[in-house]
Amino acid sequence: MGVFDVVGPVMIGPSSSHTAGAARLGKMVRNILGEQPIEAIIYLYGSFAQTYKGHGTDKALAAGLLGFSAEDPRIREALTLAVQSNMKIAFKTVTDTGYHPNTAEFELRGQSGKTLKVVGASVGGGKIVVSKINNYDVEITGEYFTLIAIYPDKPGVIAAVSHMLARYNVNIAFMKVSRQEKGEQALMIVQTDQLIDEETLFSIKSLPVIHSALVVQPL
Amino acid sequence: MIHFKSSADLVALAEKTEKPLSNIIWEWETERSESLPDKVWEEMKKRLHVMKQAVMQGMNQPKKSFSGLAGGDACKLASGNSFIGPVVAKATAYAIAVSEVNATMGRIVACPTAGSCGIVPGAICAVQDFLHCSDDVLVRALFTAAGIGQVIADNATVSGAVGGCQAECGTAAAMAAGAVVEMLGGTPGQSAQALALALKNMLGLVCDPVAGLVEVPCIKRNAFATVHALVAAHMALAGIKSIIPADEVIAAMYQIGLDIPRSLKETSKGGLAKTPTALRLKEKL
Repeated sequence: MGVFDVVGPVMIGPSSSHTAGAARLGKMVRNILGEQPIEAIIYLYGSFAQTYKGHGTDKALAAGLLGFSAEDPRIREALTLAVQSNMKIAFKTVTDTGYHPNTAEFELRGQSGKTLKVVGASVGGGKIVVSKINNYDVEITGEYFTLIAIYPDKPGVIAAVSHMLARYNVNIAFMKVSRQEKGEQALMIVQTDQLIDEETLFSIKSLPVIHSALVVQPL
Repeated sequence: MIHFKSSADLVALAEKTEKPLSNIIWEWETERSESLPDKVWEEMKKRLHVMKQAVMQGMNQPKKSFSGLAGGDACKLASGNSFIGPVVAKATAYAIAVSEVNATMGRIVACPTAGSCGIVPGAICAVQDFLHCSDDVLVRALFTAAGIGQVIADNATVSGAVGGCQAECGTAAAMAAGAVVEMLGGTPGQSAQALALALKNMLGLVCDPVAGLVEVPCIKRNAFATVHALVAAHMALAGIKSIIPADEVIAAMYQIGLDIPRSLKETSKGGLAKTPTALRLKEKL
């Protein structure tokens, strides 16, 4: 946490958790999808469900999905702009769960037909944590360059990826791996201090053990 | 490497190096973020710019919030010629102006939160009008404010949901108080005294947003907390000391925050949020 977390973020009001955090969460989810969704169903939990209209949380989430930042005044018109850019969004409220009080669950369909399920929360001061991608447990904060890779759960894959990052002089800040079942498909989240450029990503993708990989920029 | 954990650390660093608090914080952020000093300065200047725009917008272009609960009060306070004196009158108006802009989904700087976003700009912009000083002085003030906020965030909380409104508006008042002391030529030690005096007197403040929105009572609370910060700075500059040291006040604020029942911490299940009028407003929204 630094100076600009205390004096900041610069944001569109009225709430750092409900508006700025929501916009950042939407943008993060869009980045993970890798394209603009054409359809989004967003389930709102806890405090998001109770006060989203008054705080403009629905507008902020839509703005994020459109790729707007938390300080973009277009957040106010985001629901209209979403319709104009052929993005269909439905909000559904859910009560009574064990999730963080400011949680949103996204079901997305992208322009290319790709689908994605993401769960994330706005955890205060505009900060966010993405906690689930499809059925994998993850932890992505949007503060770092993040590599998301899918691979078979077997020895040596993590070593191969970290070796490749080391070769390109990229330092790993945080790392989390999860799998659906032992020996099945697994997902790796690597957050790094340095940019993971096209060349590095290409080299990681070229590793025979990696099924797919993508890099998400910091928010 | 600059390292601090408490306000006492900050004051000690400033005294040892004979630098103002703002310099210590500026250097710390530069080191921490591995950026260039100029870049960090520009980043803070950008925040000042956003704050000033919000002050102007709130003062000159009043707008109702979506709920209809907020808007137009800053204009009512526009004249600086009042019986409470120009600095206090302006600080109050500016603080409400920024908070009103926040309520209408305008652009603001969370400082430390969106609900308390009017306090620091309200105080420092009103003092600028009084001193006729440059914007650079305000950028410095923001670094000092940030350092104080940082210490509180590290040792306690700046979240109303965790610690009650004392953690939001109380912290903002402490940040503003310390910053104003530096603007007026006070010492780092006096900034810490102002921090203590301001925060000490806002202990036990509950977070009870009406209908779940940071419009009632938060906007007006921003105005009061701004004046609070100015009085704390005024006292500290006169040499008045808080008998309880700043870091102990911060610890007490945190403990009180944990002791405050959940109903009074941004849940809208207690306090003003549970009054008959509040419940009626909630139904209408």
